[in-house]
Amino acid sequence: MSEVRLMKGNEAAAEASILAGCDAYFGYPITPQSEIIEYLSDQGRKRGMIVMQVESEVAAINMIYGAAGAGARTMTTSSSPGVSLMQEGISYIASAELPCLLVNINRGGPGLGTIQPSQGDYFQSVKGGGHGDYHLIVLAPASVQEMADFVYLGFDLADKYRNPVLILADGALGQMMEKVVFPNYDPKAHKLPKPWATVGKTPDREPNVITSLHLHSEDMEKINLRLQEKYRKIEANEVRYELINTDGADVLMVAYGLTARICQRVIELAQQAGIKVGLVRPISLYPYPYEIISKLTEKIKGYFVVEMNAGQMVEDVRLGVNGKVPVGFYGRMGGIIPTAEEILQNLQKFVKTVSVKEKK
Amino acid sequence: MADAQVLTNGMETVWEKPRTLSETRMHYCPGCGHGVVHKVLMEVINDMGLQDKTIGVAPVGCSVIAYNYMNIDMQEAAHGRATAVATGVKRVLPDKLVFTYQGDGDLAAIGTAETIHACNRGENFLIIFINNAIYGMTGGQMAPTSLLGMVTSTTPEGRQIETQGHPIKITEMVATLPGTYYITRQSIHTPTTVRHFKKAVEKAFKHQMEKKGTCLIEVVSNCPSGWKMTPLEANKWLDQNMFPIFPPGDIKVDGKLVEKKQVISQKKEIK
Repeated sequence: MSEVRLMKGNEAAAEASILAGCDAYFGYPITPQSEIIEYLSDQGRKRGMIVMQVESEVAAINMIYGAAGAGARTMTTSSSPGVSLMQEGISYIASAELPCLLVNINRGGPGLGTIQPSQGDYFQSVKGGGHGDYHLIVLAPASVQEMADFVYLGFDLADKYRNPVLILADGALGQMMEKVVFPNYDPKAHKLPKPWATVGKTPDREPNVITSLHLHSEDMEKINLRLQEKYRKIEANEVRYELINTDGADVLMVAYGLTARICQRVIELAQQAGIKVGLVRPISLYPYPYEIISKLTEKIKGYFVVEMNAGQMVEDVRLGVNGKVPVGFYGRMGGIIPTAEEILQNLQKFVKTVSVKEKK
Repeated sequence: MADAQVLTNGMETVWEKPRTLSETRMHYCPGCGHGVVHKVLMEVINDMGLQDKTIGVAPVGCSVIAYNYMNIDMQEAAHGRATAVATGVKRVLPDKLVFTYQGDGDLAAIGTAETIHACNRGENFLIIFINNAIYGMTGGQMAPTSLLGMVTSTTPEGRQIETQGHPIKITEMVATLPGTYYITRQSIHTPTTVRHFKKAVEKAFKHQMEKKGTCLIEVVSNCPSGWKMTPLEANKWLDQNMFPIFPPGDIKVDGKLVEKKQVISQKKEIK
């Protein structure tokens, strides 16, 4: 198990789902994540997983609802347009508190868009997406290794909180090949009992009902209050981030996923150019690491956010900063991956503006 | 049914509510067919000893809270997605018995794709399809099965082919798919038809235990409130107007299509 393998991110996630004891997968092919369903159709089926290519993402997410409600460890994967189709079902799953793992290999939008990598689905992933007040736990891997690791973590968090977990990656992380090691993981030791699952009513208990319908407003508010209480618990316990080169930095970049990898190169280039810069990499996008972002404002002149979108996570950075330091942004859209050099150029412009303010 | 008990007043119990029906009072309108279908379905599950093996899937529509009346494990699906939810349940619990309970809008409009593909995969569960040609819950709008000329709140001039198309005969459509095994159209508007419907449900559960493929029972039903009739008028109207378009009887038995003796025009207008 501890051998080093060379794999695509999509394949690593698929292999990890088998090792994590995923009982059933339902999905619909879409670029750039089809390797997952292809890998599972071969390896998953051979190793006992129920793997179904179904008629649509709409059907797939509702099969996840049914299978999760029946107590199975279950997963679906897709890319942006397909994930949009799933939003109705995701809202129902969040409301009925069904544990499951979702993977979005984000491609450029809006609309049919492009098959190239993007981070344009940040808002959809962390701010809702479907209707009503709910949250997914959102994990953002930045390497093929994390594409595998977060599958285990995702299933465990889903079971722990009875909440859907989303792995938000992008087309490049799905397609690129890197070294990966699969840890020893015994699903039996991790899977939690599900006494609420619909497996057939026995005489010793009341019927188990999986539903998101509560017609009386007072009942529906109680459900909402319970969900909010759960989200506060998740926010207290499950914030994950990585700090890179933050000690002594004048400016901190904030980036997740693929852009966080590129920003590590920017740190090197910036040092050569005499700029002291570090990186805050949010790993959990919900719950978001507001606290550390707020705390670090005391030590720096400004934040510089880099995303492959028009500026989505930057809003959360501003919430964390709360006006204490300037927040700059650089983003590319449409499936374009920014180079370290162009990020550096824009970072240098930002550094000049904060330095001028400082002089005043 | 439980063994007959002798009560203190000397009378024998000849019928009692099956323990698969809960104590909750049903919310259905007077004369509505849902209560009868619920009762028959739960009687069969009780009589066949399947309470601990059955998982039901409720739809969106008037029967959205069917799980309040059925004393079994149930899941409430999004509108139209009951057969997808049932697929998820049945695939991970292949030895349990699964049924969906869906109305015409759920099964034959918003959920058409899920219905057809579940049947095409031959998902080994039972679909109960209540067809009353109207949207009862939302207040009497046109259903995909509304009859030509039928007045509803969204077809005030009567359903017209040019703007609303034809009443969809989805039961005949899915019968052509090799994945389906037993497809029948029943009703519950007379004591005799209730008995026939019960036999059809028993048969479908037996097929499911033998893993034969998808079974679908359409119940041509009524909606006195939506049709704006008394229960008696509604049942009479059903007989005269629904049956010519949705004729009762078996459509597919033991995986084979039943030959029809007469072809009834789809274009028949309401009398």
